[in-house]
Amino acid sequence: MLEAFILTVITASTPLLLAAIGELVVERSGVLNLGVEGMMVMGAVAGFAVTNVTGSPLLGILGGLVAGAAVSLLFGFVTLTLVANQVASGLALTLFGLGLSGLIGEAYVGTPGLRLPALDLPGLTDLPVVGRILFGQDVLVYVSFALVAAVSWFLFRTRAGLVLRAIGDNHGSAHALGYSVVGVRYLAVMFGGACAGLGGAYLSVAYTPQWVENMSAGRGWIALALVVFSSWLPGRLVIGAYLFGAVSILNLHAQALGIGIPSQFLTMLPYLATIVVLVAISGNRRATAFNTPACLGKSFVPDR
Amino acid sequence: MKKLMLLAGTALALAVSAAGASAADKLKACWVYVGPIGDFGYSYQHDQGRLQVEKELGDKVETAYLENVAEGPDAERAIERFAREGCKIIFTTSFGFMDPTIKVAKKFPDVKFEHATGYKKADNVAIYNARFYEGRYILGQIAAKESKKGLAGYIVSFPIPEVVMGINSFMLGAQSINPDFKVKIVWVNSWFDPGKEADAAKALFDQGADIVVQHTDSTAALQVAEERGLKGFGQSSDMAKFAPKAQMTAIVDDWGPYYVARVKAVLDGTWTSTDTWGGIKDGEVVMAPYANMADDTKALAEATQAKIASGAFNPFTGPISDQDGKERYAAGVVAPDGDLLGMNWYVKGIDDKLPQ
Repeated sequence: MLEAFILTVITASTPLLLAAIGELVVERSGVLNLGVEGMMVMGAVAGFAVTNVTGSPLLGILGGLVAGAAVSLLFGFVTLTLVANQVASGLALTLFGLGLSGLIGEAYVGTPGLRLPALDLPGLTDLPVVGRILFGQDVLVYVSFALVAAVSWFLFRTRAGLVLRAIGDNHGSAHALGYSVVGVRYLAVMFGGACAGLGGAYLSVAYTPQWVENMSAGRGWIALALVVFSSWLPGRLVIGAYLFGAVSILNLHAQALGIGIPSQFLTMLPYLATIVVLVAISGNRRATAFNTPACLGKSFVPDR
Repeated sequence: MKKLMLLAGTALALAVSAAGASAADKLKACWVYVGPIGDFGYSYQHDQGRLQVEKELGDKVETAYLENVAEGPDAERAIERFAREGCKIIFTTSFGFMDPTIKVAKKFPDVKFEHATGYKKADNVAIYNARFYEGRYILGQIAAKESKKGLAGYIVSFPIPEVVMGINSFMLGAQSINPDFKVKIVWVNSWFDPGKEADAAKALFDQGADIVVQHTDSTAALQVAEERGLKGFGQSSDMAKFAPKAQMTAIVDDWGPYYVARVKAVLDGTWTSTDTWGGIKDGEVVMAPYANMADDTKALAEATQAKIASGAFNPFTGPISDQDGKERYAAGVVAPDGDLLGMNWYVKGIDDKLPQ
């Protein structure tokens, strides 16, 4: 029972974690991309389509990654090169992604998909209790954790990460020092898009192998909230994503157990938990102020 | 592509009518959908009905549709646009289109309107709906016969009468076979979120259910059943290709016969404002092929279906008590339609609290 519960928590949390870790890097570079939902849903449709055409879920995942990065380039061009408003452009990207994915996916509605197989390591996966949980997941679950570790290392242990954070905190100074603000931000935005695309592909290839319009169902927005929740720290992001996943799964189990709490209240719980933790974190003002990229959402126009 | 073609088609239609060319000998019938027709569910089934009209009435009609029309002011604009473009009959297929339909109908007394799932009529507005609960009674009987644990999981969207009626009818069917049958209910508060529906199905199976029923639109729950070697039912459309070993049957909405009859009535000049609530008898509620079940279960399902089709049996026939044990309908009394359409209580034996 507990094992089954944990297994569903992992699959529910993974797409959130994937999309959120990308957005964390984007925001650390000082760009606010509200188009995560649109990039995710593009990843979902591309993931399904490529899997369907090639018969390979792994190629499908790759397709989702590329699609997410490709539409993020559009956002990058509009906000970084044309210096348009980031909030408006991000919202537009979401609407664009939802519409375009519907159009592309129309042919695939009602087509059964292929599922990304879970890992099966003889011996390890058969271990009681922990076997399936630790060694029996699909590859993207491990990728999500590897990504978090890699991002954490990159941001805080490498020179390039320092530059990226510096650009997010003070693009004027970074520019004066000779760093390419726009170039780094382009890379960050593409990385974010690729991660959101992965998260989307997870939905249509691993979570529920099918394509239907709007199948991201608001997960992109949750990923955005999780980045704030984590106060831009990768470690806390894992906690946030899994907390959110756990509370949503708990809601379903609690109902099936017949606990007499209104389902609407239980459905609200994950969001409530997010708000509570946000309030708790922002109680410590210095920590929040320290982590928030100072140039978040601000456009940069290089002096020529 | 279809969307682009529709846009092009609309533009073309505008151009043609502007040029004064006559398509007047054709009757124009139009549909307004709340979702994408590719949803493989509710709007998809309405559109199948439209295609049947095209097929059966051939060159006597031309049809048009708008998909993804939001309920509210947008709907009014969409409906009015159709009325101005020369549609002679307009089907508006979602509950939230009710007031916009009535409003536009007042402005265009010569156009016939048909609103699905609502309750407001006018001289030129007819209403129609389908008795899905008849199918759900059969699902209940199948579940009770096929479940080894006497326990089904039920994934539901929102606590509206349509959904509550379905749960009750399912339970009455199950109790007719096994009076101790139990059902676990999970509200996902969404018509459509495949991930959540899949997780709900997993939670229900993990807690001992071996059959899953749904009143949500995606195929995710059935796919979970398929993976686990358990059983379930499809919703709105036949979902057998997603779960060939798990789907026992599905309640399929078939609006085709109704749409053909109504468009014909306009052609003949016999159209009147009617209130239709068709079921299995009228071919509006169709059961997908019975599969993956024992032969005697199949025979029972077919017998019940025949009894409902002939009008000999109504699922909501007393004695029916509610959850608290109060008798709602005495033996032999059939619940009136008005009660069903406003149903906000559970029948006896359901161990869940209805969200208020």
